[in-house]
Amino acid sequence: MENKIQARNLNLYYGEKHALKDVNLDIKENKITAFIGPSGCGKSTFLKTLNRMNDYVDNVKIDGTVTLDDENIYDSRVDTTLLRKKVGMVFQQPNPFPMSIYDNVAYGPRIHGIKNKKELDRIVEDSLKAAALYDEVSDRLHSSALGLSGGQQQRLCIARALAVEPEVILLDEPTSALDPISTLKIEELLSKLKEKYTIAIVTHNMQQASRIADYTAFFLVGEMVEYGKTEDVFGMPKDKRTEDYITGRFG
Amino acid sequence: MNSTTILEKKNRLSDKVLYALIQLSSFLAIFILFIIIGYILYRGVPAFNFSYLVNTTSIINDTVGILPNIINTVYIVIVTLLVACPIGIGGAIYLNEYTKNKKFVNIISFTTEVLAGIPSIIYGLFGMLFFGSFCGFGFSILTGSLTLAIMILPIISRNTQTALECVPKSYREAALGIGATKWYMIRTVLLPGAIPGILTGVILAMGRIVAESAALLFTAGSVSLLPKNIFSHLLSSGGTLTIQLYLEMAKGNYEVSFVIALVLVVIVLGLNMLAKWISRKFDVNEGNR
Amino acid sequence: MEKQILSVMNHKKTKSLVEKTAAMIFRGCAIVSVIAVISITGYMIISGTPAIFKEGITGILFSTTWAPTAAHPHFGIAYIILTSIVGVFLAIVIGVPIGLFTAINLAEIAPEKIRKVLKSAIELLAGIPSVVYGLLGILIVNPMMYKLELLIYKGSKTHQFTGGANLLSAIIVLAIMILPTLINISETALKAVPDDYRKSSLALGASKIQTIFKVVVPSAKSGIMSAIVLGVGRAIGEAMAILLVAGNAVSLPYPFHSVRFLTTAIVSEMGYASGLHRQVLFTIGLVLFIFIMIINLVLTYILKRGDQDE
Repeated sequence: MENKIQARNLNLYYGEKHALKDVNLDIKENKITAFIGPSGCGKSTFLKTLNRMNDYVDNVKIDGTVTLDDENIYDSRVDTTLLRKKVGMVFQQPNPFPMSIYDNVAYGPRIHGIKNKKELDRIVEDSLKAAALYDEVSDRLHSSALGLSGGQQQRLCIARALAVEPEVILLDEPTSALDPISTLKIEELLSKLKEKYTIAIVTHNMQQASRIADYTAFFLVGEMVEYGKTEDVFGMPKDKRTEDYITGRFG
Repeated sequence: MNSTTILEKKNRLSDKVLYALIQLSSFLAIFILFIIIGYILYRGVPAFNFSYLVNTTSIINDTVGILPNIINTVYIVIVTLLVACPIGIGGAIYLNEYTKNKKFVNIISFTTEVLAGIPSIIYGLFGMLFFGSFCGFGFSILTGSLTLAIMILPIISRNTQTALECVPKSYREAALGIGATKWYMIRTVLLPGAIPGILTGVILAMGRIVAESAALLFTAGSVSLLPKNIFSHLLSSGGTLTIQLYLEMAKGNYEVSFVIALVLVVIVLGLNMLAKWISRKFDVNEGNR
Repeated sequence: MEKQILSVMNHKKTKSLVEKTAAMIFRGCAIVSVIAVISITGYMIISGTPAIFKEGITGILFSTTWAPTAAHPHFGIAYIILTSIVGVFLAIVIGVPIGLFTAINLAEIAPEKIRKVLKSAIELLAGIPSVVYGLLGILIVNPMMYKLELLIYKGSKTHQFTGGANLLSAIIVLAIMILPTLINISETALKAVPDDYRKSSLALGASKIQTIFKVVVPSAKSGIMSAIVLGVGRAIGEAMAILLVAGNAVSLPYPFHSVRFLTTAIVSEMGYASGLHRQVLFTIGLVLFIFIMIINLVLTYILKRGDQDE
């Protein structure tokens, strides 16, 4: 099985603070990899290093390498817009733009130069269908996205990410702001999406990780403590700290 | 590897053009200021002579000076603030601390907004008709000051409101909780806490008064004589620095014009820096809380 | 401590009197702005309408001949109104792009150091008195425009040379004067755009510039509209800066004509006008006041709609 993304000896500092310590991690193609751990453990920070969203945080210093298809994404020649076209991201809070549903989904393709109306129509429809939202919104594509419910907004954000045809999708606690039913819908969706995409998800919800993830990595104070198949990490953790965490002794 | 590489910077022409326009516009804004200040210094400094500041323009004595205008400006600043500050601050206190009637607050905010948008020339006409003719104050420093007092009211009351909002709610509750009356609480807790913010507003208002001309032309008039009596001067016409600048430049006396322009810019710059200094100090206090 | 409490009890009556008086005084202060707006509106209407009744609406608003001191005086202010509209419109056309781009730089791009320099520069621009702008307009802008005029109308026998004191000069001065308003309010609006929008756009592979122009600016549009409306208000009400710069002759607003604005018409003649002439000047004041009130209403509408969007 191919590794889509490989992080090697990755260290990240916020000013003086050593936020990621020597992380080595592989993300396998067409699988869901979950990052779990108590808040502040570095799991979100690590996720953001994978599409260089940390570039916009002041005082960040990163060393080590992250490769995507064997190309180092921290190489000075890298165009971050191309990187992010390949590695999409969905955030914790549903955050559609204050535009119509259609324009939200068409935003990415338009940015990347697609102007043809028919092609845009097709992409919007496909992406909304892929995000399991199309049936709910097909009759109001041109009304404001802000009128959707929280769960719908989050699926819209997933559709928006899918519309640029990424290869990897990063999700940063995508269901933490949603109700259980919406959460379930998104989990089902992700399990379907992995056929086409490589998925990495940060979650504070261990049940969620065990339900949907093929691989799980456990983070603790900036360290990647344990990584393996999800059933192994949850079934027979090798590290005492992992065991303590998943049995609910802290965090 | 089955797809395109990311190791090549994309060349976006529209990005570059827009970026260039952004930088060009910002440069232009600074450049314009540079030209303005530079030109005033270039013409004003060589023309400047200390005697301008202590003399009156007089054909008999063969002197040229702007002392009366300086005095008039200071006079108008003081009288205007004496009128506007109590009203503006008092009104802001009422809106922030007393009334809970939302409609009332909305009406006042709307009228304050309207006052802020009325051009000085309209204030000039109104002042001339109301304070000058109706109240019978004629062309006088009093007429001018009362007119400007209405004009700067929005600056004072808005800044006071913002300052009051910044005073933590817990202070109020603490004071009222130990049995202080509302007025006592306002005097001893609220106002002291809001002083820096109010002061910033007052200084901004001072800048506006010093810079004003159109509202004064038909209210305070343009007479440029030294006051005979500091109190009766209130009811006599007095041209400020800006009015004198206008008269001089209309006559083509550019040397004196630039001396006045220099003085005005120095005052405005000074007030600007003072306001900044106060608000910076205020911020520091905020941080310590 | 005990003494304190006792004295409070003893003075309960006077205390509550003080309380009530204080509240009443503050209430009075708050109402001053309402009274002021009502009186200003009243005075503008009372003083501005008599001339209309005497000369008729068409005789003033739609007539182009301005000859207030002739044997058979004419008080047509159509050109004056037109000048204000055209002049302000063009000043906005020039000022808005510069202002918006600068605001974008301040809010989105410039590093802290450059931001500070820019901010101070704009604050200073805002503080410089109108008359000083007027002085520099005469001595810097007018000569420049005169050169341009000579270049364009070289050898023309029909063109009346303005020496640079023309509409174009006035527009340039106005465009500069409204920059601080445009920049400050647009900047505030841009800064109020949630960071989430920027993050999501960047995460979709948009460049920073694309993010700014495709997401941030559209999201801030009601704030930017307010900035433009306030800029219009500032420009249409400006008098002293353009009084001498514009040349002060009543004529059609062509770039190289000397022109008279609503504001400058009032300032330049109020000093000596009397009788009907003076009343017409108040009518001009009323027209200006109506423009300002329309601007205020538009602004309120924009702000209200902006609130609903969120």
